[in-house]
Amino acid sequence: MPEVTLVDAINLVLARAMQDDPNVIVFGEDVGINGGVFRATAGLQQRFGPERVLDTPLAELLISGLCVGMASQGLKPVGEIQFMGFIYPCIDQLVNHASRLRHRTQGRLSCPMVLRAPCGAGIRAPEHHSEHTEAMLTHIPGLRVVIPSSPERAYGLLLAAIHDPDPVVFLEPTRLYRGARGLVDDNGEALSLDVAFVLREGRDVTLIGWGAILKETLAAAEALADEGISAEVIDLATLKPYDAETILASVAKTGRCVIVHEAARTGGLGAEIAALLAERGLTSLLAPVARVAGYDTVIPLPRLEQSYIPSINRIVSAARRACRFT
Amino acid sequence: MGVASAMRQEDVLLPSYRDNGALLWRGVKMEEILLYWGGDERGNLSSGPPHDFPFCIPVGSQAPHAAGVAYALKFRKQQGVAVCLLGDGATSKGDMYEAMNFAGVHRLPVVFVVNNNQWAISVPLKLQTAAQTLAQKAIAAGFYGEQVDGNDIVAVREAANEAIDHARRGCGPRLIEALTYRLGDHTTADDAARYRLPQDVQMRWKEEPIARLRAYLVSQKAWGKAEEEELSSHCQREIDAAVERYLATSSRAPETMFEHLYKDLPAVYAAQREELEGLANA
Repeated sequence: MPEVTLVDAINLVLARAMQDDPNVIVFGEDVGINGGVFRATAGLQQRFGPERVLDTPLAELLISGLCVGMASQGLKPVGEIQFMGFIYPCIDQLVNHASRLRHRTQGRLSCPMVLRAPCGAGIRAPEHHSEHTEAMLTHIPGLRVVIPSSPERAYGLLLAAIHDPDPVVFLEPTRLYRGARGLVDDNGEALSLDVAFVLREGRDVTLIGWGAILKETLAAAEALADEGISAEVIDLATLKPYDAETILASVAKTGRCVIVHEAARTGGLGAEIAALLAERGLTSLLAPVARVAGYDTVIPLPRLEQSYIPSINRIVSAARRACRFT
Repeated sequence: MGVASAMRQEDVLLPSYRDNGALLWRGVKMEEILLYWGGDERGNLSSGPPHDFPFCIPVGSQAPHAAGVAYALKFRKQQGVAVCLLGDGATSKGDMYEAMNFAGVHRLPVVFVVNNNQWAISVPLKLQTAAQTLAQKAIAAGFYGEQVDGNDIVAVREAANEAIDHARRGCGPRLIEALTYRLGDHTTADDAARYRLPQDVQMRWKEEPIARLRAYLVSQKAWGKAEEEELSSHCQREIDAAVERYLATSSRAPETMFEHLYKDLPAVYAAQREELEGLANA
């Protein structure tokens, strides 16, 4: 089993899906001969030809709309938006069409599409290239929103997204593209989009995160262990619809919860999880639910981005406060 | 109607909400249209071709779908053509240009038909665009566009035939601008007297397409009072029967709103569905 980066895992799974299913079509800006700005689609056009791996005009609305049209006729489109900061012209298509085509036609047409988009800060990118705005997508009924935190899960979750009969937005943390390595078996086995992953078991506090921030979250759990605090770490992975039961079971055990996300705090998905715990987990709680999130600011340019991304220290402090709460 | 009649079964229609004629021609039942507008999702259980799109409510956002459908048809070497119906207002949106632009690059089998009825609710064409015609918008996308008298069903059918055939032969997309006039209000909630003069509308009734077709057929001695009466009463009977079927539609359990949301309803939403079921049974 080779050790690969997360972007390699994405490339492996796209090639695997294209090889296994002639209906899979990959397209977006610069995904052809250039292999994508992050090289996620490197070599695919050479291998599968320009009809199945195509460079679109520079038009994000079009990319999402093409997905809907192709998917409705039985193809499996995998569109790429170059950065999440440019996904906003697709919102109309995602809200008004992709997520409701099955419902609108009462099951006659469906929309098995995947829209991939790199997200997040931490790679010293220019403005609009560090967005982490998943909450505006998780509010959309009928959609799935998925984000991996390791090459292994990138492989299994993206394959699941491509197999899924409904539209999926698949977010890829740019910070992990080359910053995360793992052993990936290119075995064509998908992971479930219905469950969250417990990355580390613990007794005292549950730390919930998704995407790149799990790196800091796992490091925080390690630091907490040195202080004698046993932290459980959950990778939510599928953000919409999310696995409430794994969260509730964990907090029933630990009694404390810290939600960590890179996205801005207000109206973030952390608020939804906090509400879930207030509604269904209140009697297990020994301390207030805490959120460690990006600030309610514009994501800063690279000189300050490390101050924006939740740090190990902030996570450790929040967990410590939860454990000391009386 | 002229455009739909030029289509084959395997072609894919992507209509807007003003295209009831095309829907009926494609086999959608009148009571289905009534049921949808009467507020019941079961109206979406269309009897039209299984691959056709439902009529699009947001303006112009079906244009990129048409490009995607056409790409799928071409990719699979199928003979079908995507036919996208839009209004003049839709030509102001990027959606349509992005779709036409892509269709031009790949010479896709798609025909865009703009029903230019001069009004987008209360906004007249001169406030939509300074372009001389809407047909010329195809030039920027690298293909041919033409204007046709939209009140002449024979001309529309002819233009659609030609464009669809062109697309089917693999010669690329076409744009048709059908010139017409919206004689009625935008909807039953609209009052067009607020923004246009009744005498202007009155003048346009002279070009009303059914009257013109009738006059033509009469002049050709192919139509007369007896035929007119027979057709009229036949239509009336069909409409009455459809309205009756629509009115007779039973009510629907509230929890059905969760149907077809996903292929299989995710576990996390089961409680919401059950809550609704409980409220309905209480």
